[in-house]
Amino acid sequence: MMIKIENLNFIYNPDSPFETKALNNINLEINEGDFIGLLGHTGSGKSTLIQHLNGLIKPTSGSIIVDGVDITEKGADLKSIRQKVGLVFQYPEYQLFEETVYKDIAFGPKNLGLDDSEIDSRVKKAMELVGLDFDSLKDRSPFELSGGQKRRVAIAGVLAMEPKVLILDEPTAGLDPRGRDEILGEIKDLYNKGNITIILVSHSMEDVARLVNKIVVMHKGEIAMEGTPREVFRRAEELESMGLGIPQVTYFMRKYKESGNDVSSDVLTIDEAKEELLRYLRRNGND
Amino acid sequence: MIKDITIGQYFPGETVIHKLDPRVKILVSFAFIISLFFINKFYPYILILAYILTVTKLSGVPIKYVLKGLKPLTFIILITFFINLFMTKGVVLFEIGPLVITEEGLYQSLFMALRLIFLIMGTSILTLTTSPISLTDGIEKILSPLKAIGLPAHELAMMMTIALRFIPTLLEETDKIMKAQMARGADFESGNIMSRAKNLVPLLVPLFINAFRRADELAMAMEARCYRGGEHRTRLNEIKMEKRDYIAITIMVIFFGVLVLTRYI
Repeated sequence: MMIKIENLNFIYNPDSPFETKALNNINLEINEGDFIGLLGHTGSGKSTLIQHLNGLIKPTSGSIIVDGVDITEKGADLKSIRQKVGLVFQYPEYQLFEETVYKDIAFGPKNLGLDDSEIDSRVKKAMELVGLDFDSLKDRSPFELSGGQKRRVAIAGVLAMEPKVLILDEPTAGLDPRGRDEILGEIKDLYNKGNITIILVSHSMEDVARLVNKIVVMHKGEIAMEGTPREVFRRAEELESMGLGIPQVTYFMRKYKESGNDVSSDVLTIDEAKEELLRYLRRNGND
Repeated sequence: MIKDITIGQYFPGETVIHKLDPRVKILVSFAFIISLFFINKFYPYILILAYILTVTKLSGVPIKYVLKGLKPLTFIILITFFINLFMTKGVVLFEIGPLVITEEGLYQSLFMALRLIFLIMGTSILTLTTSPISLTDGIEKILSPLKAIGLPAHELAMMMTIALRFIPTLLEETDKIMKAQMARGADFESGNIMSRAKNLVPLLVPLFINAFRRADELAMAMEARCYRGGEHRTRLNEIKMEKRDYIAITIMVIFFGVLVLTRYI
């Protein structure tokens, strides 16, 4: 399962005063088992790009090949593509509509034409993946749940379709720190269980540094950088010029190094920073 | 898909037409509609066409853009055309099975279809060149004499402003929810009428819930800023008539007068 994007262009509202070039000659390969962080300032084209990946938007030109099938061609089987590529929108809780949590999560599998017992097992599995208790919540109305729980129900609704590629558009926006950590933890567990490719759109450099193994940075409709988190976060100045940044702890280590301490600033997480600092202090102490 | 609708959309600009007093534009549009219905033969349509082309040219809106506004109404125009084509009795031109086309039918159907097309094009210039805010300001001013008989002009105008303000927001939201449900395999495009209506539930329920939530938030925000209706309310930019408005009125009165006269000569 691999996604290959070639020479993709997209223009919003062509031939009107509101014409905007949202994507400009995008070339990107997403391999099986990748965990990609998609970064970019508001309006950089991230959301437009991800909506192309399951055929919700038709490109102005270019091709997108998912699992060997060009989904931009006329007559492509969009249903099977949307099953393979699951997309969780920003603030997905606003799309809930059913009377019960169970029914809402079952909506996707039902549209795939699965039988009841399969749907039942998928709903159970999806709820477990996002940390919702099946027995106590399945008959509740999704509208009376808390914000974090609603969001989980919405994510479970996409997971129940068992996609091979899962795209999450800022899954933690507007959640409190605990809700954020829980959801990110669940996404990480899901990835670690294997057999899934994840694309995470995020504004948090910390989250991306901690979770993903490849970063794609978008700027003004183009791919500006691509590489491992370590490679990308070394280019702090460039990132800042795009209105982005690097993780706080990396900033700290850079400053600490600048003020004359011989540490490596190639540090992305708090754990790494702790180790590096301990190593440095121990070495200094021994001198 | 849903964003393609251009009816009611504002096309920003700084032209004479944009700068005209909204009251003038609203009244001219009304006069345009009325005089369009006074026309009973083909040749005054040339004047109408000339009017539409001139005003469009002056407003700087590309004609292609005005024509785009016809797209969502193609169906209605076609229905009108065919009903008039087949249902009008008269001298038979030719027959295809049960369908009879008469000379009068052909004349009538072309006449009606053109009337509809001109109606849409002529009035869409109003919304294309007037921002929603000045449009409702204009309506409020026009209605304000009726305050004397108890018509809440300001409240009506405010309701219109809010409604207009939220059209793009709701369209955007519809688009987003539609896509979110399509990502879960929902199908809005195929099936018969019954199943299509049923398929709309996953779209309408979230849309309504969000609209109510938004209305609630808006009411709260207005109250937080001490909004309390039209009583003693003043405005920063009062609209007032200028020279160009009087010139426009004069030209228009003559033009519509001529149009109405064509009926009797």
